[in-house]
Amino acid sequence: MTNPSMPHAETAIQLEHVSRQYTMGEATIRAVNDVSLSIARNEFLALLGSSGSGKSTLLNLIAGLDRPTSGSIMAQGQNLAQLTSIELARYRCNTIGMIFQSFNLLPRMTLEENIELPLRLAEVEHAERPGRVREALERVRLTHRLGHRPTQLSGGEQQRVAIARALVNRPKILLADEPTGNLDSATGEAILALLREVQQQLGMTIVMVTHERPLAERYADRLAIMGDGKLLSAAEMTKEAAQ
Amino acid sequence: MKPRDLADLAFRNLREAILRNVLTTIGVAVGVASLVAMLSLGVGLQELASKRLSQSGLFDTIFVTPKNNFRGMGRPQREAPSDKPPRALDDDARKEMEKLPNVIEVYPQVRFFTEVRFNDKPFATVVAGMPESSRNSGSFDGMQGNFFSSPTANEAILQIEFAKDLSEKPASLIGQDLVLRYAERQALLANNDSPNQSGEPSGGFSVVPKELRLKIVGIVETEPAAGYGGYGNARLLMPLATASTLRAAQVNDLRDIVRDNSTSKTTYPSLSVRAKSPSQVEALEASIKAMGFAAFSLLDASKSLRTFFSVFDLLLGIFGSLALAVATLGIVNTLVMAILERRREIGVLKALGAADSDVQQLFFVEAGVMGLFGGFLGVFFGWLLGRAITFGTNVYLKRQNLNPIELSSVPWWLVIAAIVFAILVSLAAGLYPASRAAKLNPVDALRYE
Repeated sequence: MTNPSMPHAETAIQLEHVSRQYTMGEATIRAVNDVSLSIARNEFLALLGSSGSGKSTLLNLIAGLDRPTSGSIMAQGQNLAQLTSIELARYRCNTIGMIFQSFNLLPRMTLEENIELPLRLAEVEHAERPGRVREALERVRLTHRLGHRPTQLSGGEQQRVAIARALVNRPKILLADEPTGNLDSATGEAILALLREVQQQLGMTIVMVTHERPLAERYADRLAIMGDGKLLSAAEMTKEAAQ
Repeated sequence: MKPRDLADLAFRNLREAILRNVLTTIGVAVGVASLVAMLSLGVGLQELASKRLSQSGLFDTIFVTPKNNFRGMGRPQREAPSDKPPRALDDDARKEMEKLPNVIEVYPQVRFFTEVRFNDKPFATVVAGMPESSRNSGSFDGMQGNFFSSPTANEAILQIEFAKDLSEKPASLIGQDLVLRYAERQALLANNDSPNQSGEPSGGFSVVPKELRLKIVGIVETEPAAGYGGYGNARLLMPLATASTLRAAQVNDLRDIVRDNSTSKTTYPSLSVRAKSPSQVEALEASIKAMGFAAFSLLDASKSLRTFFSVFDLLLGIFGSLALAVATLGIVNTLVMAILERRREIGVLKALGAADSDVQQLFFVEAGVMGLFGGFLGVFFGWLLGRAITFGTNVYLKRQNLNPIELSSVPWWLVIAAIVFAILVSLAAGLYPASRAAKLNPVDALRYE
């Protein structure tokens, strides 16, 4: 097992003693408990763990959707703890892309409009948008469904659209929360293959939360395993392990 | 987010729950309509009252009398009695007043109580001479028949109530003749026994009954007699020049006789000075007072009227706003429901990079758009309601044999103010939902099913 804090020379995300606790009545729940972890640039990290282990909470902290109770998170040179809510929104808009288990496409919008949404939020010029949308859809090979609505697509196709939406602002980090959770195994595998492909094409860092260890072992560079809010291990995948 | 994107997303969201949003917008429209209808009635009534009063010539006319005149106006004279003899209201004074700025004309009041014979029946009434300028003053707008054919014509215009006394069908009177019976003043020359041998008028006069045949040329609904004083409302109007030549005995004549009248110049018991507009009356009145005459105008009454209508409009506005207040709750309800429905969507927007302010603005714009459309629709409904009330009133008036009136009025300022008010109220209604949506925790929102 390698040192979880320092796996690579160039660090995309650096977590230092990160904790996130909630108070429910008189009980204090430590969803993330003193986690330190380094994720290198262009690395594909899979966060594994049982339900309630804190992996999704950790992903939300990296996404800037939540703030840690203690500890620091450095992402692409920015200390998230020091960012204002507007700066955090800009970070989510420009630095990261997110995909979810339930795709979270807006059903009343066409694929084109769904993918355009991050461009609107980033205030990208109108003239530039159609090209960017088409480029993102080409990466997920869905250009022919441009005018369709999400409900007209299969689960796998919807997740590909969600990936296109996450990529459209050309983020440095892609965060995936159980991206294969709602898909059959073959489709799930195709999605992970696609993620791996775009990661290598675009040189992105991917942090993926998943339950499916075999898939993670096949596509991720490294597995980080969480239990009870703690990081239990963070091991680089060797070829032997992957096989 | 850019304003265009914000507007685009807001319209998209509004279209999504079209029925609910249309109903909410109609709620706003009904609120605005009730406000507009109420205020349009207030404005309409004010315009109606102002028009009637301005047609009466009361607000642009100053009534001038010599100082120490009797209290004919029903208003005590404020000036303390002075030892100096009062300045005579003669031709010199008249010419001086005519030269004052913003004066249209200065004319004596010819107004006398007399008898009219029509179809050999006697009718008592007050006759007033109308200056030629009243032709264009708006006083005779909407009259039946015509104005006097010339300033010296032997013609009469009747006030409708008097016309009804003369005939059951007032309109049929036009073209018919009536006979005016009046008392003519004839100056008494000094007799040979008196020390005054010059043959000049002695200052007294005798009264000789005379008759004059007048042709009825028109019937007017309001009493447009310029000026005031005399015996009350004049019901028979004739050209001022014609009325002046009659030398009919007037109420002040007796007083003038008992007063020391050493001058042989024509003096007037009173003069009416007409200003170009009511706004110039106050300054003109001060100038005339400075000349040494008593002057009185109804400007104070006009101010009271404006105060009354301001309060009246305010009350109508408050009642009209009640419906808008209910509509405001409708907007709050709709937007709060929208937050619940779009909770996950708000989470997605935030995950994709929307700032709290973006979400807040989105809800604000949605509220504003409902206000804008509600405002436009409401102004139209309000105008329609005003028209309906005017129509209903006029049907009733027609049955009562009265002339139709314009009861409601929607001026431009009311249209713009109502729409702006609707938008502001809607934005205020959107404050709470927008801030609630903005504060939504994205992690919770994304987890929401």
